[in-house]
Amino acid sequence: MKFSDQLEQRFADMVTHYPTKRSVLVPILLYVQDELGAITDEAIHELAQRVELSDLEVRNVISYYSMMRTHPIGKYNFQICTNVSCLVRGADDLFEHCKKKLGVGHKESTPDGLFHLEEVECIGACSWAPAMMLNYEFVENLTPQKIDELIEGIKKKERQ
Amino acid sequence: MAYLVSHPDEIRVVSKRFGMGATSLDRYLELDGYKALQKALGMQPDAIIAEVKTSNLRGRGGAGFPTGMKWSFVPKQSARPKYVLCNGDESEPGTCKDRLIFEHDPHSVIEGVMIAALAINSKVGYIYLRGEYRYLVEIMEKAVADAYARGFVGKNIFGSGHDLDVYVHSGAGAYEVGEESALMESLEGKRGVPRIKPPFPAVVGLWGGPTVINNVETLASVPHIILGGGQWFADLGTPKNGGTHLVSVSGNVEKPGVYELPLGYNFKKLIYEVAGGIQGGRKLKAVVPGGSSVPILRPEEIDAPFDYDGMAKAGSMMGSSAVIVLDDRICIVKFALRVMKFYQHESCGWCIPCREGTDWLKKTLIRFHSGGGVMKDIDNMKYLADNMLGRTFCPLGDAAAMPMQSYIEKFRPEFEAHLDGRPCPCEKVEELVATG
Repeated sequence: MKFSDQLEQRFADMVTHYPTKRSVLVPILLYVQDELGAITDEAIHELAQRVELSDLEVRNVISYYSMMRTHPIGKYNFQICTNVSCLVRGADDLFEHCKKKLGVGHKESTPDGLFHLEEVECIGACSWAPAMMLNYEFVENLTPQKIDELIEGIKKKERQ
Repeated sequence: MAYLVSHPDEIRVVSKRFGMGATSLDRYLELDGYKALQKALGMQPDAIIAEVKTSNLRGRGGAGFPTGMKWSFVPKQSARPKYVLCNGDESEPGTCKDRLIFEHDPHSVIEGVMIAALAINSKVGYIYLRGEYRYLVEIMEKAVADAYARGFVGKNIFGSGHDLDVYVHSGAGAYEVGEESALMESLEGKRGVPRIKPPFPAVVGLWGGPTVINNVETLASVPHIILGGGQWFADLGTPKNGGTHLVSVSGNVEKPGVYELPLGYNFKKLIYEVAGGIQGGRKLKAVVPGGSSVPILRPEEIDAPFDYDGMAKAGSMMGSSAVIVLDDRICIVKFALRVMKFYQHESCGWCIPCREGTDWLKKTLIRFHSGGGVMKDIDNMKYLADNMLGRTFCPLGDAAAMPMQSYIEKFRPEFEAHLDGRPCPCEKVEELVATG
């Protein structure tokens, strides 16, 4: 299979950075996931061939990293940090708020495929807690209102 | 984007270009950028290492190992290529400082990596960022590309005859990869399972070659040391604790933020003056001084110098200088449960004391916090932690054991108050159970 031109270019550049081909795996798997929504069987097979590993060895790498997934999730991934710095600033209430508002639990997506909710470990936004990531974007100094605005904003955007 | 804070007691070395537009290479050059690298190109490798030794710079990732000494362990002759590795897998709960360096001063990291490479005579450096820091990967990739375009990185840098490549690499979500040998496994395209030591990375590291691996802040300090002199840097701090450090303050304080302070600054003053005191004028209950893996301190223990030795004397560690402040509303048992849930989640499962120990601690704490605890649990948790300590492949097991011991030793009455089915005053255990 072929990826987008941009991703193909990235792959071609990256393999020149290391003495072994498989070294590209961790970052490139994430870029593949961004492009396809998940690391599909086909993508695993393709990458395995390119870096000269078995499919199983690639799956073995995937299963270690918490950001990697082999099945698609909702388009907007709400990743709420509930680790200690966020916890002491009320993160568990915020997570609870998200569950109610979106009607889904930890690692679940809404039936319309729009939202995904996840409780995550420390994202490195401790001084600006409580915080979350919306896909790759940091949202800091969170309040229930801020979360509501994010959700409404997305719904509005998607309706257009 | 994360906002910046300031305080008159700050001494800005690593953070001196924050908020000044130094992501632009031209601006960086105006602000003394790449001068240290050019100076280092005229120095012998031993002289670079000697300067860093004089500076008393110690690793800012958590362990506090003297940087110059670490570099000096790399053998001069090696059949395999040598490597420099910048550890930007910042994941220790409470720590958010390296993020600001990447965001505001990306070239200082590149410069630090290159000076380290000259010191050990290596031709390649890698900058590893955690996968969550995607926007920073983009900033770093642009910075590296800009530096290549000007001939600062790559072949024959600054016309010196030295070839030196720098690459940006990113992870995909794993606390454990912050451990140096696990990070090497990850960079080699494998699961981030730590390697047995010895041999240490300085002798056998990335792809079997001698490797220097340092934290982002450590490497970003190096150009300042080369330009300002090791003695100048050392004098900013206390004996054996050179320079300044970025302190990530979080939790129940009025002014959380990342502050740059000289090592040895009074820890109590840091909380009550620099960080503005406890949120809402409430009472301080406890402080975690160096990220979630270090022992917790009680209010009466915090009048101490905030440096590696001062914190060790106070019974804890400076770790990654991540200060988490807890006010009197926070339940220690609940806090302990969240910390153990984290280590259980992040344990790679490779070695048994860590895999089983963190799991049992989490399970016991869930039951305990929900009101189903018995007196024996308290001693059992202590026993588990005692037996994990020092018996694991990598420091993740210690990182779970040390704080657990301290919660019980220092807040035992609070654990006892949870006994006999009495509900915790701050409850809310059900979601921890549900998502655990």
